[in-house]
Order: sequence, then structure tokens, then C-alpha cells
Amino acid sequence: MTQSFRLESGGLINRDKKISFKFNGRNYFGYEGDTLASALIANGVHLVGRSFKYHRPRGFFGAGVDEPYAIVQLYRNGETDPNVKATEQELFEGLEAKSVNCWPSVNFDIGAINNFLRIFLPAGFYYKTFMWPKSFWFKIYEPFIRRAAGFGTASIKHDKERYEHKYEYCDLLITGSGPSGLASAYSAAKNGAKVILAEDKSRFGGTLLTSEVNIGNQSGKEWADSIISELKEMPNVTVKNRSQVFGYYDHNMLVMSERLSDHLPKTKKFHPKQRLWYIRAKEVLISSGSIERPIVFGNNDTPGVILSSAAKEYMKVYGVLVGKKPLVFTNNDSGYETAIEFKKNGIDPIILDTRKEPQSEIIEEAKNMNINIKNSYVVVAAQGYKKVKSADIAKISDDKEELGSVENIKCDCICVSGFWTPTIHLASQSGNKTKFKEEIDAFVPGVSKQNEKTLGAANGIYTLEETLKDSFEKGNQISKEITNNDIKVSFPNVVEKKSTAHDKFWCVPLPKGKNYKRFLDFQNDVAVSDIEIALKEGYRSIEHVKRYTTLGMATDQGKTSNLNGLQLVSKIENKVVPAVGHTTFRPPYSPVSIGAIVGREVGKHSKPTRKSPMHSWHEKNNAVFVDAGVWLRPRYYKRGDENLFEASKREAKNVRTNVGVCDVTTLGKIDIKGPDAAELLNRVYTNAWLKLPVGKARYGVMLREDGIVMDDGTTTRISENHYHMTTTTAQAANVLSHLEYYLQLVWPELNVNVVSTTEQWAGAAIAGPKSREVLKKLFPKSDVTNEGLPFMGYMEGDLFGVKAKIFRISFSGELAYEVNVESDYGYFMWEKIIEVGEEFGIQPYGTEALSTLRIEMGHVAGSELDGRTIPYDNSLEGLLSKKKDFIGKRSLSRKAFAAEDRQKIVGVVPLDKKTSIPEGSHLVKDSNAPLPNPKLGYISASCWSVEHDNPFSLAILKDGKNMIGEKLFVMSPLKNKVIPVEIVSSHYVDPKGERVRS
Amino acid sequence: MLHIKCPHCGMRSQNEFSYGGDATVKRPELGKEISDQDWDNFVYNRKSLRGKHWELWQHLSGCRQWIKVQRDTSTHEIFKTLKANEDIS
Repeated sequence: MTQSFRLESGGLINRDKKISFKFNGRNYFGYEGDTLASALIANGVHLVGRSFKYHRPRGFFGAGVDEPYAIVQLYRNGETDPNVKATEQELFEGLEAKSVNCWPSVNFDIGAINNFLRIFLPAGFYYKTFMWPKSFWFKIYEPFIRRAAGFGTASIKHDKERYEHKYEYCDLLITGSGPSGLASAYSAAKNGAKVILAEDKSRFGGTLLTSEVNIGNQSGKEWADSIISELKEMPNVTVKNRSQVFGYYDHNMLVMSERLSDHLPKTKKFHPKQRLWYIRAKEVLISSGSIERPIVFGNNDTPGVILSSAAKEYMKVYGVLVGKKPLVFTNNDSGYETAIEFKKNGIDPIILDTRKEPQSEIIEEAKNMNINIKNSYVVVAAQGYKKVKSADIAKISDDKEELGSVENIKCDCICVSGFWTPTIHLASQSGNKTKFKEEIDAFVPGVSKQNEKTLGAANGIYTLEETLKDSFEKGNQISKEITNNDIKVSFPNVVEKKSTAHDKFWCVPLPKGKNYKRFLDFQNDVAVSDIEIALKEGYRSIEHVKRYTTLGMATDQGKTSNLNGLQLVSKIENKVVPAVGHTTFRPPYSPVSIGAIVGREVGKHSKPTRKSPMHSWHEKNNAVFVDAGVWLRPRYYKRGDENLFEASKREAKNVRTNVGVCDVTTLGKIDIKGPDAAELLNRVYTNAWLKLPVGKARYGVMLREDGIVMDDGTTTRISENHYHMTTTTAQAANVLSHLEYYLQLVWPELNVNVVSTTEQWAGAAIAGPKSREVLKKLFPKSDVTNEGLPFMGYMEGDLFGVKAKIFRISFSGELAYEVNVESDYGYFMWEKIIEVGEEFGIQPYGTEALSTLRIEMGHVAGSELDGRTIPYDNSLEGLLSKKKDFIGKRSLSRKAFAAEDRQKIVGVVPLDKKTSIPEGSHLVKDSNAPLPNPKLGYISASCWSVEHDNPFSLAILKDGKNMIGEKLFVMSPLKNKVIPVEIVSSHYVDPKGERVRS
Repeated sequence: MLHIKCPHCGMRSQNEFSYGGDATVKRPELGKEISDQDWDNFVYNRKSLRGKHWELWQHLSGCRQWIKVQRDTSTHEIFKTLKANEDIS
């Protein structure tokens, strides 16, 4: 297939390298250096999509990030990406793309019926229509809207690509490599400042690539190339293309997305597809340039209507003609540059200029080239459905209100220029209060809030000489203050053609009897009439108008539509534009892929995984693991065909009858040292700690200041001024912070140091009636008899040459010990325990059996200490010291906490002794009571009691103290269960605690 | 993301810190009689200020020290940071 719209020569593409690609199933080719858009236009393809609401044909409107139309579904290396702008996507071998928002095809789209129904689809249509009846929303309206909405389809497959995050610091971040970016980067770099220069496109140079200027006797592009290559050689400069700074956040933190591989057929092995940079810059220079804005006229969304700067860029950068019979419709001199470029390439354009008698160097040149120029002329409407075929044009009166007689002229494209809008997004995001600049009809940055300055066209400066001068100077000044160097860069000689003032004209009136759609927002299909309706219906604030009509709310964020929308509102409201104000700019400047935002933190990498030193033993012995916070813990050890229920029952039963061993490394451990250590414990725990002897452990409960239980655990006095505290796995980090808070801020006079030792110790709990036998074998030299190591006792021991800490503590209701060794010896310890325990029938047990054992004995854990319960609720009131004050004590005297019928922990057994009780179920008195059935309490934890061989649960029950023996109902609407139960004591096993002391 | 100057470690990103609330609240002395109202003010009642605010942050993923930070709650500007034992002036 020939590229009938490709020029014979010219452009910055590599004509030696052909690239084949597919669009909507057809094969085409382009050249290396093309975008998908330029390659399609070269092949004469202008119909690329359908509009959002009316499904009108859509072509190309821009040549870059401002593109509102040409959004495609991209296929690359077996993956697919939605919401890709054809004007940004670089061509690569084998690229495949499809149109979106059309069915069955872009040429014949059923949704286009909306275009004929459009009088029924005015502004706010969805708000007005789909409100009623309410029941229709979920089943009918929402699915319908969802099918109709959106640009493309997200892949549901796992994304195999890799995305990275990078943190960087610099003196100056410069966003955009046009004239202002290059000049400021150059002078700042010369002063030795650490500079990052970011360019969104693949080519550096910005407008220098397309404008006919001369800098220091070089063309604009040559000058840009020489500056870039010099910058790249400098060690203090990072130059990045395909990198868009899309967000400006607090404290000069900016985020940039670097597209490393999107332009390649596939990502290189071990390379990321994209990289997100978090850049903390001392100073930011915004050199993001400006975007041409359209003039509004009838059917101005027809494919072939294109920004004049884009038409020029397609010629100069890609060697592509957007049409062979061009009409240039302009209110300023920029249109002339495009017309001149057409003429140079042998095409005869017609210029329609809204101005009466403009004069300038550029206009003179156009006249000298014999270009047909019609002054005081406008395009009334584009004609043609899938492509511009002709234009209705007319003379316009001096006051721009009256149209002369309408004539029709043949053309195949309309290049439109309504002057330039500075790209102020980043400045606005930084908190800069923008101001309206009358001469250019647009907003520019005002007073800086953070350390940012805006240069060149982004600041409303539209001449090259002034831009370069200002940018060289700013780059020098700002870097000088950081580096104290002052190396002056000589200012190059600049040759550019002078232009004259633009015409403040932005919207062509409708001719009598015609009702053409005149679009403001091309992506969201918002027309002049929609704004008029919104204002008629009483919407005044621009923020409300925006939301009601969706003006500027599409993925292009109104880059080409916002200002014309403001012009319209200000005209109808008879206000000046600055009084209407603009809507808020928010990051990202243009869409960023979710993958880049997430980075490497996906799947297993979304959080760290902590494993105990014994992990590989558990793996080898068929452990089934469960996530406990970030820890992986064995839930049970599978034998044969056992399921969770059977295995955990076996393991728990073995603890009750023989002996079991459980990996308790994950428990939080805090080392506490210092002469005031006992005093600290006495203040943070509710019970008394001053008289705990060396070599003894004590169970303690700590509260928050509001009286709610924060955590529990045992703390052991290792020596005079040295304590070893344990916390629950979940609360370990919080407890450490809590202690540090009081030590550093509240009681700095206490001479105590705390440090986490969780990872320094490996722990094994040995529990069961035969645990002492195991201990004797483990520590043959130590006296571990009931007298030598009594309940809550502590001693150090020698575990086959390894120093060990032995605690006689129990959370299972059985005689039990906990042995700690340094983590490196954890595996050794575990193997030894299993080895010497074999003759006593030792079995490892997991968290499921651990839970069963603690529930049976009524020992509270995380599901009861859930941040809503006080000590009384957990039957821990016996641990509240009356003699001393402690953290949270004062709160316990609040009325509700002391109520007679306050909730309290109880045991729950089903009457049939068979039906297991779902956790989270509610307890009620009458299962048939009318709703809402008063709830008396809830099931906090459930297990199968191995001691009694029936289900058993713990519950937090209102007036639990007086409810023992009552018959209630457990209700679980989720599981659709109603179970008659009896309330019993929470201590279902060994209520007197004889076993642990045996 | 804020940039906070830890008085011990220097400028660090916000993600190394955790927020700890109003720095001007003083815990009542242990063992002292205190009215319900005063206790409630200590535990629950906080002003939601707009403007300069002294607050506590802990340099959790750094030196683990609690520090005092004067921040403007509407602009996020940070004026001053102090060590735990330095008084707010």
C-alpha cells in the first residue's frame, strides 16, 4: 500500500526503515520515527474512532498530548492497553491497534444513532433521566451506561511487565525541552547545579523542531541538538525523553513517568516497561510550553478539522500532509506559518483570517508566496460526515456578530488556530494562584507558592528572543544561589519573524436557520448548546457547569476546550473571564498507567514476607501456611488426606494428651533495660510490677489512655535492671512506639531504654502433660522440676551447647514452656525438640490448634482485644491495681465502663453439641423476634473443643456476668444459621488452673 | 509527600514518619485527682486548627525519635522542628 499523503522528502523520520503495523485489522506501513497517528495520516486514514456520547466520527485533532480524539486500544506482545493516544504512541514493528467506542466497526457504528437522538441527550441528560424509578438504576441504567462509556477495555490478565519506582533529588527540575527548557537547563548546568531535564516526547526541542527560526546561525533544531548533546555529556545533568512530569505535590515533590519500552515491540529482558520517578527538587522550572486552541464553528469535530500547529508538525516532523486541499482558519499569525509550510511542499492553501487588515513579517511572506488570503472571513461549518469534504465560509462583520452570504468551497482539511493557551497545569497544581493575561486571553501563573517558576510560552511569552533571554537568565540566577557559581552564558543571536496581535475571536455565530453542533469539548461531546442549557437551568459556578455538562472532564482534562468554555460562560453571564475563573487542575497531567503507579509492589511483593528461622522445617513437614500480619505461620501440618479441621483437632488433642511444639518466633519481643525499668512497667501495665523478683515472669495487660485494652503478654525479669517483654504478633510495632512515646515525651526522667528484639530470638512453645519430660531431655544439666522451675519461672539453660532462655508460661491451659535461642540457632533448637520429644509423642502444632487451645481455656487474644473492649469485658479486671495509677486507669471510672450490665466474656456451647458456630454471629434472646432483633452480644472466636469433643465459642455478651446458664440463640444471617445455645463459663478447660501449675 | 526535617537525621520524606497528634497536649500527672472534664479534654477533645499547629511525629523508619513539628495545616508549610526534649516557644 502506498502512503499517498507522505511527502517525497523531509521530516525527522528514518525513511530507510519501514515498519509494518495493523489498524482495525488492515495492514499498513510507516517509518521509524512515526507515531501511530502520523503513519495513519500518511496512509490517508482519518477515521479512527467514535465520539463518547453521540458516536460521531472522530479523526485527529492534535499531534501530541493534547489529542482529544484519537484514542485507541493497543496490542503489543500479547498484552493490551486501553486509552492510548495515537498521537503519542510511537510506531514499532508489529504494532496493532483498534478503534474504541464503536460497534460493530468504526465505519458502521450503531451507537451513532445517538447523533440523531441528540436533541434528547442534552446537558445533564443522565442526571435527569436515570434518576427514576430508583429500582431501575442497578439493573438497567447502570449496565447500559457502563457498556456505552469508556475508551477501550482494560486487560483482566496479570500484567507480566515490570514497573519500577525511583527516588531522586536535584537542584533544578526542568519540565520540557523547548527553547525555555533548553536555555535554562544550559545556564543552570554551567553553574554546576544538579539538573534533571524532562521531555514528554521522544524528540527534544519542543517548538524548535517546527518553527522557522535561527539561533546563533543555526536552525532551531540544530541549536536544540547541540545543546542536548552538550547537556548529555555533563555529569551533573540528567536528560530524559519520553518522560512526563505529571504531578506537582507538596514540598516540591514532583512525579514523572518515564516510558522506557512502550515504543519497542517488546520490553527487553530484565528491563522495566515504565519507571515512576519521585523527584524532590530544590527548584522547579516549568517550561511546558503552550497548546494551540481551536476556534468554535459548526461541525468543528468532523475528521479533517485539525489544529494548525498539528498540521505543521505532521509536515515538518513526519513528512506527512493532513490534506491536499487545505483551508487554514486563523485569528492570528500562527496559521500563516502552517500555510507557508503547505505552500513550500507544493500544496495551495487558502487562509481565512478573522482579522480585517493584519500586517506583519509572516503575513508579508505569505503574500509574497501568492497564498490566497481572505480577510474578515470565517468557517461557518465543516461539511462531510466521515471526513471534511468542503467548508461553508462567509465574511464576518467588524463587530463579529453578522455573517455575510454563505458560500461553499471544496477542501479536505481545515487547519484551525485560535491562538495559544499556556500549559499551566503544573504551576496550578503547585498551589500557584494563576492570573488572567488580557493580551493573550489566557491564564498564566501568578505568585509562586512553592519553589517554582514558569518560563517561556507556559508563562505567556510568545517570542523566541524574549523566551531565551528570560530562560538563560533564570537558569543562571536560580542555580547561582544553590551552587555559588556564576558562569555567564553568552546570549546567541536570534532571528525570528515578527508577528502581530491576534484577534480575540473564538466562536463563529450560527447562520440564520442553521443549527449546527459547535463543539467545545471534543472528547466528552460538549457543545455550545449544552453550556447554554446548563446556565439556563441555573448553574453559575464554573465548577458546577463543568460537572453538569462534563466540560473538560474527559481524559484530556480539557486541554483544548477549557478556555473556550470559559469564554462562553463569561459571554452569557456578561462577566469577564477572570471573574468566571477556571476549574482546578489536578494531577496527573495526562493518564498514567496503573502499573507505573503500583510499581514493583504487586502480588507477593505488595508487602514484605517474614519467615521464622524454622520456616524451611515447616515446609519440609507439610505445613500449610497462613498470613499472620506480614508473617507466614504454619496453620497446620497436613498428614495424609487430612483437612484443616481434622489436622488441627489432632494437633490440639495431642497437646492435651501428650506434648506439642509450636513456633512462636513471631511474638513481639522488646528488651527493656535501665534502673527505672520496673517503674516504666508499673506505669504501662495495669498490675503491680515493682516487686517482681529476678527470674520470674508475669502476665500483664496494657491499656490505651481511653481505657481500651491495647495488648497483653508476659514480661520476665532477666536481671536486676533487665526485662524481656513479649507482645502479641499483631501489636509488636505499636507497643514499641507506645513505650517510646512515654519514655521520650511524657516521662523523659525515667532512665530506661527499649529496643525490639523480635528478630533476634527464635521461640518454641512446648505444651502438654509430657512437656517437662521433653525439657529434661533438652536441658539435662538444668533442674526443670516443679520446684526448680515453677509456674511463671524463668531460667537460662544449655541446649546442646546453645544458650537458651526457658520460660514456664502457658497459653494453652496445659503445663507448658517457651524456649528462646538466638535466631541463628532456631532451626537447630527445633530439630532437637522434635528429636528428643519423639519418644513422648511430640507433634508440631499450627495456629489453628493454638487458637483451639487458647479458646478452650478462655484466654483472650486479638479477636477479643479488638480495640473495643476494656479489661472487665475480658474478665481481666483482677489485674487492675487499686494501689497505683497506670496508663488509662482514669478512663475506667467513666460511667459506661462501670455499668452494672456491662458486656463480659462468656463461653457458648450449642445445645445439640454438634453444630459449629460461625464467628461474628450475633446472640439474641428470641430468634423469632421482629426486626431489628435486639442484639445481646457477638461470637468472637470459635473452635471444636478437643477436651469435650463438641463446638465451643467465646462471646462478648451484655451482662455476661449474670448470663451463665441462660439459653440464647446464635444468629448468622450471613450463613443463614439459627443455633440454640447455652451460655457457660469462658474457662471450658481446667477452670481452676491446676494443670499449668502441675 | 511532605519533607520533614528530623532534628536528629536531617531532611527526610514523610513516608519515614508516623503522625502522633497535637504536641501541646500534656498528660496529667500520674496519681493526681482530675475532673471528668479535664480528663476528657486530655483524651478526646482536640481543636481542628486551620493554620500553624504544633504536632508530634515519630521518625519510625529512621532514628525512632518522637519529634515536634510546627506545620500549617492548610498549606503544609513546615516552619520548625524540635527534639522531644525541646520546649515549644
